[in-house]
Amino acid sequence: MTTVSDLHRRGHTPTDQGGGGGGEDAGRIEIHGLTKRYLTPKGETFTAIRDVSLTVEPGQFCAIVGPTGCGKSTTLAQVSGLERPSVGSVSVGGQTVDGITNGVSYMFQADALFPWKTVLNNVLIGPVLLGTPKREATELAMDWLRRVGLSGFEDRYPHQLSGGMRKRVAMAAALINNPRILLMDEPFGALDVQTKAIMQNELLQLWEGLRPTVLFITHDLDEAVALADKVVIMTSSPGAIKNVFDIDLPRPRGDVQQIRHEERFLELQGQIWASLKDEVTRAYQQTAGVPA
Amino acid sequence: MTSLTHNAPLVHEQEAELKSAARRTVTRRRTWIWVGRILLAVVVIGGWQWFTAVGWVDKFFFGQPTEVWNSLVTLFRDGTAFGSIWENLWITVQEALLGFLLGTLTGVVLGILLGSNRYLSEVVGPYIRIVNSIPRIVLGSIFIVAFGLGMGPKVLLAAVLVFFVVFFNAFQGVREVDQNLISNVRVLGASPLQVAMHVTIPSAMTWIIASLHTAFGFAIIGALVAEVLGAQHGVGLIISQAQGTFDPNTVFACMVIIAVITLGAEYLISLLEHSLLKWRPPSRSEAQAI
Repeated sequence: MTTVSDLHRRGHTPTDQGGGGGGEDAGRIEIHGLTKRYLTPKGETFTAIRDVSLTVEPGQFCAIVGPTGCGKSTTLAQVSGLERPSVGSVSVGGQTVDGITNGVSYMFQADALFPWKTVLNNVLIGPVLLGTPKREATELAMDWLRRVGLSGFEDRYPHQLSGGMRKRVAMAAALINNPRILLMDEPFGALDVQTKAIMQNELLQLWEGLRPTVLFITHDLDEAVALADKVVIMTSSPGAIKNVFDIDLPRPRGDVQQIRHEERFLELQGQIWASLKDEVTRAYQQTAGVPA
Repeated sequence: MTSLTHNAPLVHEQEAELKSAARRTVTRRRTWIWVGRILLAVVVIGGWQWFTAVGWVDKFFFGQPTEVWNSLVTLFRDGTAFGSIWENLWITVQEALLGFLLGTLTGVVLGILLGSNRYLSEVVGPYIRIVNSIPRIVLGSIFIVAFGLGMGPKVLLAAVLVFFVVFFNAFQGVREVDQNLISNVRVLGASPLQVAMHVTIPSAMTWIIASLHTAFGFAIIGALVAEVLGAQHGVGLIISQAQGTFDPNTVFACMVIIAVITLGAEYLISLLEHSLLKWRPPSRSEAQAI
């Protein structure tokens, strides 16, 4: 516990904006018996997730892995407060989520950058929405652009950047408010393999500096094991939690490419794949229309 | 490596040659485009002149380019029965501009409102479709009966024509907004007004501006048609007067004047488009293959 709070304090000193932070438990996510049903246009109900319970400790990096359409994104939407649970509750930092949770940032697979704003304005939107004066926000944004290695690109528009650079802008925009929780919905899913590895390393470095609680959705089991402290396997639709694995690889993890060859990594990866395989097969059969 | 440095001046020369060859190709293509354009104009206008001069086409009905030119000169030198051409032109342009502004404003506001409110759009949607499918130009008659021969009914008719073009584009523009962007700013704590300012409006702007090009043409049409239906001043009145005196040349002359105005407005809208949408990636056609 002491290590967590130490890291917490360290992360807060340079850029604390009041958006995140709070006490040392502010980043704890507790999900109790969460069920989410949607009304289809035909008037039927569709259960996306069923009875999900999960606790993520402050500063923990939690990856959620599961077959396509198992309600991973739905779970994130409930934590952020963009949607309300049908049954059950989500609480963040001890407070039940009711409306938009503050101190949360989102990162999507499609980089949700404003194509009509310059790189600088894309990054400073976070502090500006919190009411920070423009000049301070600009300084903070310049600092973050430097951290992600994009100094000199302030006046470019997103379409003038490469995929990896756009991801770095999105990362800076997500972290500038020093969120207590970072929700990542397959953030690197659309990148090529090399860029993906670079981005994973950069994410780990930035995360180790700030230590927000991370919920990270991915299809990529290697990615989940290499990055996370905890890997949650979800079942195919309706989504429920099947297994939770603790990843005891030491931190800092170092190079994501290197760690893939370590024995413990392969062992964990094998265990998790055994659990995931059935679900993936079942989901495939459901979508492909093959009798199970 | 050594051979590379030896060949350096040669490589430079080749590059310079390639560049000048490329420039020559571009110049040549541009010249040919202009030759084609001028040729087309000469064939069409010259043909018209020739056919009417020889008598294959009756110039009493279809006018003649030289006569159109004479009418233009007369219009600007001697004026019309309703005051100078400038006065009349200014009135028509004013009507079109006011109608354009009114129609654009209401179109954008209602389009964004209905686009972002699902309930409202589902309630009002069918009625807007019905109103859109009736021949709105006929409303001009009603406006003139109701509001007299002044500028009011012309502005209204122009605004009605503009409104629907802009409205449907603004509506669609709001519907096409990236939902991830909206989720993103909402999570960052944006109020509904901030969502509109930072996401919805800039995103719909592409659609709205695209509609303005056609919308200005509609504004001019609205003003002219309302003037033809009944007015005391304006280019439309000159046109209907010329129709009454079997003078096709003056009608063509008025068309030329209005075309010049519309092209000017189109140019201004393009400038606006460039400055507002400078964030967009350049379109493919601008970088042509050599």
